[in-house]
Amino acid sequence: MTRFLIRRIVFGLITLWVIITLVFVLYYARPGVDPARELAGRAVTPALLENINKEYGFNLPVIVQYWNYLKRLVPIPGQFNLGTSNVNRLPVTTIIAQAVPIDISLAVGSAILWMVLGISVGVLAARRPRSLWDRGATVFVLTGVSMPTFILGLLLLYVLYYLLTIHGIAIFPKPGSWTPFTQNPLEWAHDLLLPWITLALITAATYSRLTRSSLLETLGEDYIRTARAKGLSERRVVYRHGLRSSLTPIVTQFGIDLATVLGGAIITESIFGLPGLGLTVVQAIEVENLPVVIGIVLVASFFVVAANIVVDALYAVLDPRVRVS
Amino acid sequence: MSLSTVEAIAGDLPPEDPAVKGIQGRTPLQLVVARLRTDRVAIISIVVILLIIILAIAAPLIAGITGHGATDANVDTGTDASGQPLPPGSAGYLLGTDNLGRDILVRIAYGARVSLLVGVLATAIATIVGVVVGLFAGYFGGWLDGILARIMDVVLSFPYVLFAIVLVSVFGSSLPLVILVIAFFSFAAIGRIVRGQALSQREKEYVEAAHSLGAGNLRIMFVDILPNLVAPVIVLATLLIPTAIIFEATLSFLGLGVTPPTPSWGNMLSDAEGVGFQAWWFYIFPMLFLLLTTLAFNLLGDAVRDALDPRAERIFAARRKKAA
Repeated sequence: MTRFLIRRIVFGLITLWVIITLVFVLYYARPGVDPARELAGRAVTPALLENINKEYGFNLPVIVQYWNYLKRLVPIPGQFNLGTSNVNRLPVTTIIAQAVPIDISLAVGSAILWMVLGISVGVLAARRPRSLWDRGATVFVLTGVSMPTFILGLLLLYVLYYLLTIHGIAIFPKPGSWTPFTQNPLEWAHDLLLPWITLALITAATYSRLTRSSLLETLGEDYIRTARAKGLSERRVVYRHGLRSSLTPIVTQFGIDLATVLGGAIITESIFGLPGLGLTVVQAIEVENLPVVIGIVLVASFFVVAANIVVDALYAVLDPRVRVS
Repeated sequence: MSLSTVEAIAGDLPPEDPAVKGIQGRTPLQLVVARLRTDRVAIISIVVILLIIILAIAAPLIAGITGHGATDANVDTGTDASGQPLPPGSAGYLLGTDNLGRDILVRIAYGARVSLLVGVLATAIATIVGVVVGLFAGYFGGWLDGILARIMDVVLSFPYVLFAIVLVSVFGSSLPLVILVIAFFSFAAIGRIVRGQALSQREKEYVEAAHSLGAGNLRIMFVDILPNLVAPVIVLATLLIPTAIIFEATLSFLGLGVTPPTPSWGNMLSDAEGVGFQAWWFYIFPMLFLLLTTLAFNLLGDAVRDALDPRAERIFAARRKKAA
């Protein structure tokens, strides 16, 4: 178990290192590109370029630049530095710190919704294969996987916000509304309801499909027959024995999806005007604010790698067979 | 025993039982086609896909008939007196016009070209790369498998939209880049399945037989093993097409895919977002076509899977039986 986890953490660190290096090559060491010019953005002056060159040391050998770049990413206070935005001169870490609460809020609410919805639809379908429930679940899944996020988001906005509002029933807030949880939890949930539903409906389809196929397979195993033969109630058989070991593929998927939302639900945030990491990165690309783009890419990668390690640890808890390998 | 002796023996067999005569041997392909033909959902999806292909091919024709080019801003007829877009059914504009007075029908037809082109090309590239990588990983195993499998895991677990927009932002958006980016983030889905299958296939007797006949690794991988993986690869490839189409539409919607004014269903929706919901037709038609296309490909993929593997759960087959 410990060896398994250590191996996974080492793998994760290697992955992170590869990404960090790719980002370096792509942005700082691409042939024919002046990184100082790129970092400076639109409001470029010779003095600014000189400043950036001095700060980042772009006139030093590439390998030294790379070493300094790595050193800036070591998470020690005083040393960790993602640079400053070339638009408003704020440190990138501050910009990210302002955006992350929105992504956490988005992730928490939508994850609860999509897990509950996805798994229950999947269980319903798997308990009665070929029934009306199952067919309904198939329609749900196929619609979910065929639906681009931005179409669902725009549809929800059109029907639930626009149509209702012009008819005088303003239930949902206009896009761009955001209230911090600490300020007013009710208003917070109200503002996030439509984005949550959007993310949850799109994501839940995958979970229904995974749950159904995984649970169907598990329910065909010998130990389930044993459990039934012992006289356990059907509920206990399905939920305690069946669902538990069917959860492993779901946990993997959950880790990936959660990390993706945390690193910026780009489309959902763009449509609903939520200034999380996703909208911030899209806006930063539009105004060529490279330091912010790089910072968010690195943070998002870190979330994904961390989520993968957590998932592997959970794996070992859920499925005893993993611990031995 | 050579082939000619087998034929000689077959020639000596007694005349066939008349009852057996009516039964014809069918190749696996014939079986699959026969199963698909009885599947109503599959037929409908194929019809929808064909219609969209016709729409894409006929795009210049539609432009010719209506007299509106895809990027023409029809300042004189395309907007009303106050410069607002025209609703569907307005004179000469079946599906209405957008904020610049451009014909939405013509733009949708040209958008179909982009969607289908990206969907098919990106899937083709992803499939070829995925099959090659998967076969090498699964067949050779060892450290090569360790590295390739890990790379595929990483590609699959990364927030591809973020990385796609980063790449597009670095290299500038262009259709070839969009296709390559989509292919890059899709090959692992196929590669992982092919790898798993190749892992189990290489233990089979026929591989051992091929080895003992002196076949080389490449021959065994691509001539002996690959044909056994065709079924899952076809299914996955069919299901990748809608994913690629959604991917392109998403990138274009974010302004990082097909560059305006070239129409794509994604950038039409992003234009619509700038106008507001009053011009509902500006939203509804690109949405409808996009959804119809992705849904049709997904339904077809499911139907092909059922037809290739009748043992799998066949929801729609159960309904057919009841209807019969």
